[in-house]
Amino acid sequence: MSPRYPKPPEGSWTEHFGLDTGPVSYADSISPSFYERERQAIFRRAWLNVGRVEQLPKAGSYFTKELAVLNTSIVVVRGMDDEIRAFHNVCRHRGNKLVWNESPDEETQGFCRQFTCKYHAWRYGLDGSLTFIQQEDEFFDVDKSQLGLVSMHCEVWEGFVFVCAAREPEWSLREFLGPMITALEGYPFDRLTSRFGYRTEVRANWKLFMDAFAEFYHAPVLHSKQSPDKYAVAAREAGYEAPYYAVEGPHRLVSTSGVRFWEMDPGSLKPMEVMTRGGLFGPWDKADLGELPAGVNPGRCKPWGLDSFQLFPNFVILIWGQGWYLTYHYWPTSYNTHVFEGNVYFLPATNVRERIAQEMSAVTFKEFALQDANTLEATQLMLESGYVEKFPLNDQEVLLRHLHKVVGDWVEQHAGVPA
Amino acid sequence: MSALLPAEFAEFEEYAAHWCLPTETERFERRMASDMDEMGAFYAAFSARLDEAIEFCDKYPLDELPEDVQRLLQLIHSYVMVSMAVEIFHQPKVVDSADAVLRRVKEPRP
Ligand code: FES
Ligand SMILES: [Fe+2]
Repeated sequence: MSPRYPKPPEGSWTEHFGLDTGPVSYADSISPSFYERERQAIFRRAWLNVGRVEQLPKAGSYFTKELAVLNTSIVVVRGMDDEIRAFHNVCRHRGNKLVWNESPDEETQGFCRQFTCKYHAWRYGLDGSLTFIQQEDEFFDVDKSQLGLVSMHCEVWEGFVFVCAAREPEWSLREFLGPMITALEGYPFDRLTSRFGYRTEVRANWKLFMDAFAEFYHAPVLHSKQSPDKYAVAAREAGYEAPYYAVEGPHRLVSTSGVRFWEMDPGSLKPMEVMTRGGLFGPWDKADLGELPAGVNPGRCKPWGLDSFQLFPNFVILIWGQGWYLTYHYWPTSYNTHVFEGNVYFLPATNVRERIAQEMSAVTFKEFALQDANTLEATQLMLESGYVEKFPLNDQEVLLRHLHKVVGDWVEQHAGVPA
Repeated sequence: MSALLPAEFAEFEEYAAHWCLPTETERFERRMASDMDEMGAFYAAFSARLDEAIEFCDKYPLDELPEDVQRLLQLIHSYVMVSMAVEIFHQPKVVDSADAVLRRVKEPRP
């Protein structure tokens, strides 16, 4: 079968990006010691997205984020000067966790004028400065100006709040993101504020779930039961090909072609999709977002379905042609566990009909994601058995190859650098 | 018992007590705990009037739905939830999802 979409002159996307075509080792996904190296070489150096500015609507708004991969918890807060800052969530007196609600290991959010420690009531301003010590006279030579909260580098890009745990970041945030990602500037992320958030703990290495969402080769097979037989059979026979891939620095992109569900015969659709005019690709009635920046659909695919921008190391922005987007985060908690977060963003619905099309799209997203998640634990178990180490990846799996290569390169290059 | 739904949709009162649930988490759990006959009956009964129900809700601004209309919207949300099981999987659980879990932790209201 000849390819549906033209391959690059080298004959494949894999070779086009200068990647090896041999089998790929998954030793990077089953080893506690390799995970320790990833933490130092990648997660302590890269800019990590921890949320969006809409979560911090006014001065005093804050949220906490548990970052097991950095062995810390942070509090992200909007100050009186509107500046967004990130601090290690630890009291300078005797180390109590400063901001938490019911349970100290659960994330929380809220609004306050200052932070007060639950232990001995030391108080901190929204800018992290220590403002009050209970019975200050009892202390020896304390200098409040030296005992503010310990900050973490924090920068905002297009409303996405990033932190960097390095003492001195090696790149500014925009440098780190690079031109492929910054070409998305101007996309109306700030208008798409109607959020459906999802979360789960997965018993698999973080890269395995990245892999699962970085290829669509699985789609006609793993998701075949999501569609009426008529569509499923046709999809499986056709197989899957993406029209466009791109790689830039540590980041990568796949675009897919669009499907005009509303032009399909009803036998290929779920009745509910027809009734709600919504589904996997989002609401059928496209949201009007005005002109989009050049970074969207850079391969100029027509019809265009979506762009999945995979930002190194653990953040995905997936922009849909129907005028909405979603994000994925994969937060490692050990070499074989991670927390997955998925967020679906739409324009705020203006009526119930729009709200239902969004609900249908969000519910469908979850039904698919549950299938995507199901293979991970089984894969992790068998990778850990160690009987097979290397696996053949095809050209539609080129982005997995790139992820594992970049992870390996970062870890390799960092080897020997003093911590 | 006083009516949960607007009078125009009184025929669905028997489903309302069970399916008017404000969050996706509750709706998903209810689906997992229901049998296919129950969900099939709800799906069959409501199908014919879904469009009317949406139009009825849309007589009000989305952020000012009266309580009984909010419950009608919750019933529509549940109908979406149930449709996945009835139309596609023929079982409450997503086929091929093993023991995977995904909790919705944030959603627009209503
Ligand atoms: S540990 Fe925070 S005030 Fe003592
Ligand atoms: Fe999938």
